[in-house]
Amino acid sequence: MSEFLQHLINMLVLGGTYALLGIGLTLIFGIMNVVNFTHGVLYTFGAYIMFIVVHQLGVNFFLALPLAVVAGWLLGAAIELILLRPLRGSDIDTTMLVMIGAWIAMQSGALWIWGGVAKSVTTPFPEAPLVLGPVSVSWLRLFVLAAAAMLIVVTYLLINRTKLGCAMRATFQDHDTASLMGVNVDMIYTSTFAIGSSLAAAAGALLGPVYVIFPQMGDLAAVKAFAIVILGGLGNITGAVIGGFILALAEELGAGYVSSGYRDAMGFLIIIAVLIFKPTGLFARSERVG
Amino acid sequence: MRAGIAILTVVAFASVPLWLRDPYLMNALITTGIFIVGAMSLNLLLGFTGQLSLGHIAFFGIGAYVSALTSLGFDAGLPFGFRMVHEPWPPIIGFVLAIIIAGFCGYLVGLLSFRVRGAYFVIVTISFAEVVRLVALNWVELTQGPLALTNIPSITIGLPGLGDLTLRTKLQNYYLVLSVAVIAYVLISRLVHSHFGRAMRGLMENETLAVSVGIDVTKTLTLAAVISAGIAGAAGSLYAHYIRIIDPEVFAFINTVTMVIMVITGGKGSLAGPVVGGMIFGLLPVFLRPIMAPEAQWIAYGGVLIVILFVLPRGIVRSLAQRFAKRRSRVETVAPVAFSKRDAAKEHA
Repeated sequence: MSEFLQHLINMLVLGGTYALLGIGLTLIFGIMNVVNFTHGVLYTFGAYIMFIVVHQLGVNFFLALPLAVVAGWLLGAAIELILLRPLRGSDIDTTMLVMIGAWIAMQSGALWIWGGVAKSVTTPFPEAPLVLGPVSVSWLRLFVLAAAAMLIVVTYLLINRTKLGCAMRATFQDHDTASLMGVNVDMIYTSTFAIGSSLAAAAGALLGPVYVIFPQMGDLAAVKAFAIVILGGLGNITGAVIGGFILALAEELGAGYVSSGYRDAMGFLIIIAVLIFKPTGLFARSERVG
Repeated sequence: MRAGIAILTVVAFASVPLWLRDPYLMNALITTGIFIVGAMSLNLLLGFTGQLSLGHIAFFGIGAYVSALTSLGFDAGLPFGFRMVHEPWPPIIGFVLAIIIAGFCGYLVGLLSFRVRGAYFVIVTISFAEVVRLVALNWVELTQGPLALTNIPSITIGLPGLGDLTLRTKLQNYYLVLSVAVIAYVLISRLVHSHFGRAMRGLMENETLAVSVGIDVTKTLTLAAVISAGIAGAAGSLYAHYIRIIDPEVFAFINTVTMVIMVITGGKGSLAGPVVGGMIFGLLPVFLRPIMAPEAQWIAYGGVLIVILFVLPRGIVRSLAQRFAKRRSRVETVAPVAFSKRDAAKEHA
């Protein structure tokens, strides 16, 4: 029982960052209809920004996090302006292949600049975990959970309570009509991609210090994000949050009770199972038709 | 004229070992040839049905593992106390089994994923390849996991009257790969020009119209997936028996990306495209190796993929052919210059 409780605690920590990854991708996928293969690279990028800011610039750990978010925002906006804006209107396969090219180039760039050796970020949190009866959780992981929860709430408010969010939702429903109503669709696309990218960078910056940082760390993160998006339904933010926690739970239970070697297979199995049995996702309320 | 070019190309490739003695370059040519066969099979799906299969390396890897395990033998435990024991068989049987089993996996993936299209299809195929990689990594009893399968025997061919010939040297393997590549090319070419091939392209260009004239979508796409996977499996088998060691890294996504870059650069939907793209990207690392680190090369390849998609979206082969056709039409003062996508497909199919 206590083992199960421990899995639930781990699930909460992991699920929060997975939800961030999923929200970022589902926004981009849903609004722009772009399969964003650079999402994983942004995750890696966020983690490396954390490492550079803390270790090479010597800035405080808590200040490094917002910096990583801003850096992710800038990189995302740059990718959108340079690669995606000229491809507006071309078919989804072409954009997908361009994004694959960008991913390969950027990931190899990370490998070239920072090398293949895994790095770790030292944190200001105490080594000793917080013990709550039968379960324990490290202070770092608690911080990760709190920060992820805060970012999820901020994103939710941004989408549902601001004028930009309103324009984004309008573009998601029908970009032609939104454009006729005076929404600057190009600007919405750039903002969407930048916001989604900054969330991926935030997820990397949060999980990087928990594990280790290496150039290919984003590959699995990207596929997990796809699993979450498919699970939650296209463009569905609430679905992405729930999907993030479901994936984390599946991974924790899979690793705990089946075999730790298959932990990372859970995301893929979920993708395959969902697409066979319920291809619109589990929460297909706000699905765009056509 | 097209047949003439094809025959000349085969003769040129066949003559390479006569003047090229460098074993390093021969090795690069053989592995390039194997990857070209893989790229041709990917092109069948990507270029002629419009389905972007990003898990294509799974069929290649399955072919490699099936062939290696058939010729090495194995003894692996199954759930509920059963054991699966297999004595080594000749590699040539492994080659055939690799085609059959990879083709069957293609059937399963095709069946599952043609229910979902576009982005979802891509993600299903990636997931499939990753699951297969994780199984190869974790089912240590069968696959040796990260320790790799080693000492895979070379392919032996029974020649009538001459006894058995074991293909150990680079020269023999070069001709083996060349023959398989030619067979795969002819097969795909015949297929694309058949009724079935027209059905595939019809589906790619306008699915609603194709269905309305009675083309069975699932059957056509599944058959294309089976044939494509089978050819990829054959390439994987050649790879296993030539390199003679395989580990789960054969399933790495970067290998699929290599094939995709070959197809896109050469030109998807053009039969010669994967050959041209494959020669460029198969041999480029050989020449870039002294001047560029592998990471820098991959930055360049990613960049090339993007540039090709922006500048020559139809690939090198078709763009050249179009330029050639334009010049000829100017000389003969005939006017068929306006190329629609459909005309181009007809012209270069």
